[in-house]
Amino acid sequence: MPKYINDIIEGRLIEEYYDNAGGNDVIFVSDCECYENISPIKMYEEYGITSYIRGSSQQLIWQSYYLLEETLRYDTPKVVVFNVLSMKYNEPQNEAYKRMTLDGMRWSSSKWNSIKASMTDEEDMITYLFPLLRYHSRWSELTVEDFEYLFKTKKSFHQGYLMRVDVRPVTDYPTVVPLADYSFGDNAWYYLNKITALCKEKGIPLVLMKAPSVSPVWYDEWDSQIVEYARENDLFYINFLDLLDEVGINWDTDTYDNGLHLNLSGAEKLSVYFGKILQDRYGLADHRSEPETAEKWQGYIDFYNEMRDDQYRELEEYGYLKSYGGRKPE
Amino acid sequence: MSFTSYEFIAFLAAIFLLYYLIPKRFRWMLLLAGSTLFYAWAGVEFLLYIFFTALTTWGAGLWIGSINRRRRERFDAEKATMDREAKKAYKAATKRKTRWIFLACLLINLGILAVIKYSDFVIQNINDIFDANNAFMNFAVPLGISYYTFKSMGYLIDINRGKYEPQKNPAKFALFVSFFPQVIQGPISRYDYLSQTLFEGHDFNSTKVKKGFVRVLWGFCKKLVIADRLVPIVKTLAKGSDQYQGAFVLLLIFLYAIQLYADFTGGIDIAIGIGEMLGIKSEENFITPYYSKNINEYWTRWHITMGSWFKDYIFYPISVSKWMLKLSKNAREKLGKGVGKRIPVYLANIIVWFATGLWHGAAWTFIVWGMLNCVVTVASYEMEPLYGRFHNRFKWSNTAVYNVWQMIRTFWIMGAIRILDVYRDVPVSFSQVGSIFTTGGYGRLFSGELFTLGISAADFVVVLLGIAAMLWVSIVFYRNGNKKRFRDYLMEKPFAVQGLVMAGLLIIVLIFGAYGIGYDANAFIYNQF
Repeated sequence: MPKYINDIIEGRLIEEYYDNAGGNDVIFVSDCECYENISPIKMYEEYGITSYIRGSSQQLIWQSYYLLEETLRYDTPKVVVFNVLSMKYNEPQNEAYKRMTLDGMRWSSSKWNSIKASMTDEEDMITYLFPLLRYHSRWSELTVEDFEYLFKTKKSFHQGYLMRVDVRPVTDYPTVVPLADYSFGDNAWYYLNKITALCKEKGIPLVLMKAPSVSPVWYDEWDSQIVEYARENDLFYINFLDLLDEVGINWDTDTYDNGLHLNLSGAEKLSVYFGKILQDRYGLADHRSEPETAEKWQGYIDFYNEMRDDQYRELEEYGYLKSYGGRKPE
Repeated sequence: MSFTSYEFIAFLAAIFLLYYLIPKRFRWMLLLAGSTLFYAWAGVEFLLYIFFTALTTWGAGLWIGSINRRRRERFDAEKATMDREAKKAYKAATKRKTRWIFLACLLINLGILAVIKYSDFVIQNINDIFDANNAFMNFAVPLGISYYTFKSMGYLIDINRGKYEPQKNPAKFALFVSFFPQVIQGPISRYDYLSQTLFEGHDFNSTKVKKGFVRVLWGFCKKLVIADRLVPIVKTLAKGSDQYQGAFVLLLIFLYAIQLYADFTGGIDIAIGIGEMLGIKSEENFITPYYSKNINEYWTRWHITMGSWFKDYIFYPISVSKWMLKLSKNAREKLGKGVGKRIPVYLANIIVWFATGLWHGAAWTFIVWGMLNCVVTVASYEMEPLYGRFHNRFKWSNTAVYNVWQMIRTFWIMGAIRILDVYRDVPVSFSQVGSIFTTGGYGRLFSGELFTLGISAADFVVVLLGIAAMLWVSIVFYRNGNKKRFRDYLMEKPFAVQGLVMAGLLIIVLIFGAYGIGYDANAFIYNQF
């Protein structure tokens, strides 16, 4: 299997959760709009909220459902937040992304069902049971990294948050291409209903969010369907695209990839804003006064600060984030 | 269910475990159930075809057998009273009856094969000749129809000849016809050989199981690591006939020879190895064919069960048929002894090679391929006296070095003929082979273009190592007179060594096998025949 150490590091997001599972009051599930836009460390520093992002690249809604189902075996959150961008996908997509979500999960019925829901016709379940059967052709691409991290791994994330301090401002806004049909697919609705039902069954409030981004486009027609769904199911839905000024997002300084995702500056702004809403609305406890939690989280904060400083150092030294998936300026 | 699919591995594991767990008397039934499932996997409707052939052949065989048995019993009972004329008349009457049963069954089953496999080819030719637009039949071809039809008809001919007694149990006969390891690409087993070990339950014999398992693994190695790895480059060269000529055609002849050998012998190794693991013996289909010194020898070493089928059931019957003997006699009288002697041989050769070509596929390329084999066979027959004088005169022509030259020569001649199978176009095949003598291209080939043809340098390294391994294994076999294989030597080693070899082969297949997403799913080349 790829080790995802220095390249496409988000491939390790899912597996890293098991080291920090338990004790999280907020669980975020979804794609990169969560794991690159919200900083649980900042939320803790500001409000004492403990949270974890179970995010992965192009995480599809059925994968979110099964990840949430699995997460609820390890954690007993007070709130679950689901980012709604993945509603636009009704069928399995890119296999590489799918693998990043599924391979990292521990074996359970949730993983089995998530694989079954995600597989395309050309895939076989056995390749998930024995990943060697899928990745065997990598023998000619092996690097030193594959051997160095054969039996160990590297910690890279901050409660599921992928940190990027670099800046690449928004230069162009995407053209809004009209769609023939704006309706979300049946499969997407089916799993959103399942997420809602699961949270209701467990007595956990579900929050729907749409993260701030310039692209991909979030159509008004899509938004109104979510608004309607939230109203019908008595859910809280917050669309940060409508709150850019309130959050303080500046597309010249708060994104590292022309508006697809926020950088650390943007993610911290969003976390401060969103954390307050969550705490006020759901009465989330401030855990900073609990010695055991405080000690554990201080370790997370130290690692967070170390990485932030290291990223700034790399930016200064190389002009880009050499060890953190940045692209060398042309 | 392809041999290289995950489903087949699971199926095989289940059959193997169950086979040794259930009582011996039920084991052949398990194999029949397994074979039925295996066959139905390709399409439940195809079961109709194979079981129709099995049922009609079994019925005809039983009928013919019972007529022959009654005749023998009557002859025995009335030995003293029956005169010679009455005996002759009764024999002729029963022979007439059995001939009709035999011919009816033969024509029905070969008819099914002909209609399903060749009707579109005939329609295509009619359309081409008469500029017509007749619709094609587009029959779905049942899995392994050529193999099971030949297997069944071989049995029927043997029964008609009184070679052995017919099988009384239709289910056992159905197992003989549909035995799953052989149904896709052979070997085309003879009933008298396969039935010796097919129906009885066998004790678990660890040596046989290990030997069979090693053979299966080796088959997978050849198929997945070597043959399938070569698919992209063979396709690139075959499709780009305008672009790749001269040296590239030589490369294609060489690579396709390796691909076909690894693919076909790999599949046969899997088939025979599975049988061996279950205690069932199948005929060998290959004996180091690329070490043949001439084409006649080659065809006694390559696809042996097919070659011997044509020889026993077509070539000899035609050669010694009444009309052929009459033709030969007339020719001797009118055209001289030399020509008269040759006519039955040549005619039988032409018929056999035409049928062999047609058996491989419904296309002119296969027919031309068969005819070219015929030409080379006849030419080599004609040149025998010349070669005899040559070998007598030049003693060095009997040395090992000269033997190697003969092997290389045969390899390339067979490879050049086989290229028809790659280009699937007769004029293109001829012009491409011609380009070897008129076009260069060696500079292009060795200036890096070799690695842009579909497989990387790393893939080439794997292929070369694979070829070296195949060469080594075959040399071990060839040097002891084709008696003892690498597996036989391995069984003499301690279990730890055996285990290491098995684990090594398994790891090689798992890591270096060209399977899964990203690789073309390649059926065994001989499945299509």
